[in-house]
Amino acid sequence: MEHGNLLFDAFIYLCAAVISVPIAKRLGLGSVLGYLVAGVLIGPFVLGFVGDQTNVMHFAEFGVVMMLFLVGLELKPSLLWKMRGPIVGTGGLQVLLSTAVITLIAMYLGLIWQQALAIGMVLALSSTAIVLQSLQEKGLMKTSAGQSAFAVLLFQDIAVIPMLAILPLLAVTSPELTVNADTSQAGWVKGLIVAGVIAAIIFGGKYLMNPIFGFIAKSKLREIFTASALLLVIGVALAMQAIGLSPALGTFIAGVVLAESDFRHELESNIEPFKGLLLGLFFISVGAGINFELLLADPLVVIGLTVALIIGKFLVLFLLAKSNKLAKPDAWLFSVALAQAGEFAFVLFAFASTSGVLPTGLIGLLTLVVASSMLLTPLMLIVNEKYISPRFATHKKEQRPADVIDEDNPIIVIGFGRFGQSVGRLLLANNVKATVLDHDASQIEMVRKFGFKVYFGEGESAELLHSAGADTAQAIVVAVDNVDSSLNIVHMVQKHFPHLKILARAINRLHAVELHRLGVNEIERETMASGAELGAKALVALGWQSNIAYRTSRLFKKHDDQSVLELAAFNGDEHEYISKTNEARRLLEETLKQDGTWQHDADEHAWEKPGKLK
Amino acid sequence: MRNILIILAHPNLANSQINRTFIDAIEQNDKVTIHDLYLTYPDGVIDIDAEQAKLSSADVVIFQHPFYWYSAPAILKEWFDLVLQFNYAYGPKGNALKGKQWLTVITTGGSKEAYCTQGHNRFTIRELLTPFDQTAHLCEMEFLPPFVAHSARNLSKNPDKLKHLAEQYQKFIHELQDDNFDSESVSHLQTLNQRWEQ
Repeated sequence: MEHGNLLFDAFIYLCAAVISVPIAKRLGLGSVLGYLVAGVLIGPFVLGFVGDQTNVMHFAEFGVVMMLFLVGLELKPSLLWKMRGPIVGTGGLQVLLSTAVITLIAMYLGLIWQQALAIGMVLALSSTAIVLQSLQEKGLMKTSAGQSAFAVLLFQDIAVIPMLAILPLLAVTSPELTVNADTSQAGWVKGLIVAGVIAAIIFGGKYLMNPIFGFIAKSKLREIFTASALLLVIGVALAMQAIGLSPALGTFIAGVVLAESDFRHELESNIEPFKGLLLGLFFISVGAGINFELLLADPLVVIGLTVALIIGKFLVLFLLAKSNKLAKPDAWLFSVALAQAGEFAFVLFAFASTSGVLPTGLIGLLTLVVASSMLLTPLMLIVNEKYISPRFATHKKEQRPADVIDEDNPIIVIGFGRFGQSVGRLLLANNVKATVLDHDASQIEMVRKFGFKVYFGEGESAELLHSAGADTAQAIVVAVDNVDSSLNIVHMVQKHFPHLKILARAINRLHAVELHRLGVNEIERETMASGAELGAKALVALGWQSNIAYRTSRLFKKHDDQSVLELAAFNGDEHEYISKTNEARRLLEETLKQDGTWQHDADEHAWEKPGKLK
Repeated sequence: MRNILIILAHPNLANSQINRTFIDAIEQNDKVTIHDLYLTYPDGVIDIDAEQAKLSSADVVIFQHPFYWYSAPAILKEWFDLVLQFNYAYGPKGNALKGKQWLTVITTGGSKEAYCTQGHNRFTIRELLTPFDQTAHLCEMEFLPPFVAHSARNLSKNPDKLKHLAEQYQKFIHELQDDNFDSESVSHLQTLNQRWEQ
């Protein structure tokens, strides 16, 4: 089998994902397990379609970096600051205790303390990719368990940095090659550089990115916006790597800084697909990298170590959960979710090997244990969800309320031009919180000056709406000024967010008819109401009494709305194809004809009779 | 089975206790229709044709509303002014409503005792309802004694009593529907409520 062909490899990976992930989702196993199984199947030990995974994995790990950027985008700095306690407290204790427990086990199994400590540190870390992806998919990120798990994962990201510094000190044999950690600079110089780079990220994110993205958005080239979003993430990752920090941590900080940017939702929806694909690729490569020869050679040792690792980590986590007073189901979820070893282990083991800390043979075995623990995590989560959580269902009242970090608004307004502004202003003036999306960057800048929270975005993509809170909103106002775009949004909302009540601005009569045919019934034609209103004023100008003129005008509008409904019900399919302009003309004809038959019989004995005031 | 049309006029149903409990107790079906005027006409522009069409298929019309200023909320007065047209509801050719029954269901802030010559409202409920009574009469409809929920504020704090009243109302709607009560036997009553008190 030829492995060098990029297109062929891409074909195999995509095939595996497209076939196995939907099946896994359908069976309720979650996408992570789907990817992992797909990897096992196409890997060298089953079908043998793909070969060595090391390079693929390194490439795919960038998905984790993007994931943390996206997580950062959802966390405003103030929220992150509120989480400092759990991050340092729970996260710190988890790393310390797990390291201690695993080190002791390793020493008990006969390793010298240096090797035992190295293994302890590396295996104390959990898998950000698997945990976050699984919890997000199950919608558990905002629960107490999800928040605590995230705090721990964040601390682990930070803990990698001292670990990289400590590992070489544990070397028992002379290192094969010098570590790339630059020792020529004094510690304080390095500290200054790190502080400088982080300050630059924060400053740049806060003050430079808005105008830059605004400028790019004005070019109205979607792919350039996507390119600049990718450029930002990759740039930050490179900068962090250059100064020896975790790229994931750097992009996370960048994400947090940009969480308050106007372009937050657009950035999210642009990066999301890349993150998804790369993470999928990462999971596949973990699955494909599982060394079954090694497993079959010594199954009891591998299984025993994997089980010991998971149980050890689980116990530490459970202890922490208990001391944090998490409710029982949350404690179980938290502990089960984080009980595996993570993707950092692959990097750190490679590093430990080159630093001469651990022998290659041992690393092969441990890598297998890490991968097995990752493979087991989705299964354990399912077992927890199906069999353990339900046992606590009766104790629900004891649970403290879930920590909510969202600011999800009940209504989304797409399009903040002439029309959307009227809708949005009415809502906001009455303290109804609305999330507003618009695609015109200069418009956003202007209205933001007046304190409106307006986000940049086309509104046609499901991801954008998802990040704008469509899952929890109740209604959506489609107020864009373009017929095609409006219909696309309606289609997309009906498909992905069927629970949302749709209210739509119709550009013209034909558009209103099409909206009705799609099943949207809350429609206002953009000029009809104001035209009828001015018509009433015209009647008053001619001497009508204003309440009679108003009543007549409202009744006329009602009649007109009714005629649009009738046209929508009329099935045009039986007729030959008529072009849109023809149909518009036909509509007008039809309308004028109907107006002729609309006789508003004013009754002489009620007050309705049109009358002029002297 | 007769058709019942309940015309509801309450400008803030969400914040009402009694009217909402009454409405919630009513089992709607193809013979019993609740028609909320404020909900249907938020701008107060009443569609006469639509209203007359609703009336024509009803055998009993129930007007349910708070007894604001010894009368009905504004939209119901507007409804009378517009819908009960000459030569439709009255006049030489106006017999569209002839023979239908009219039931007024009201809530009052004042107690039952307040509505008498000595009470602070000085008049009885039936006296205060004479414009409705006469409107029904002009339309050749049969005006039934009103169903009244007095002392609204206290009643809304007494869920058992309120529930009991709502059940009485619902039961009476059933009787109206089945046409198995003798309207002659109640015609002398001040309020329909007295029928159960006897």
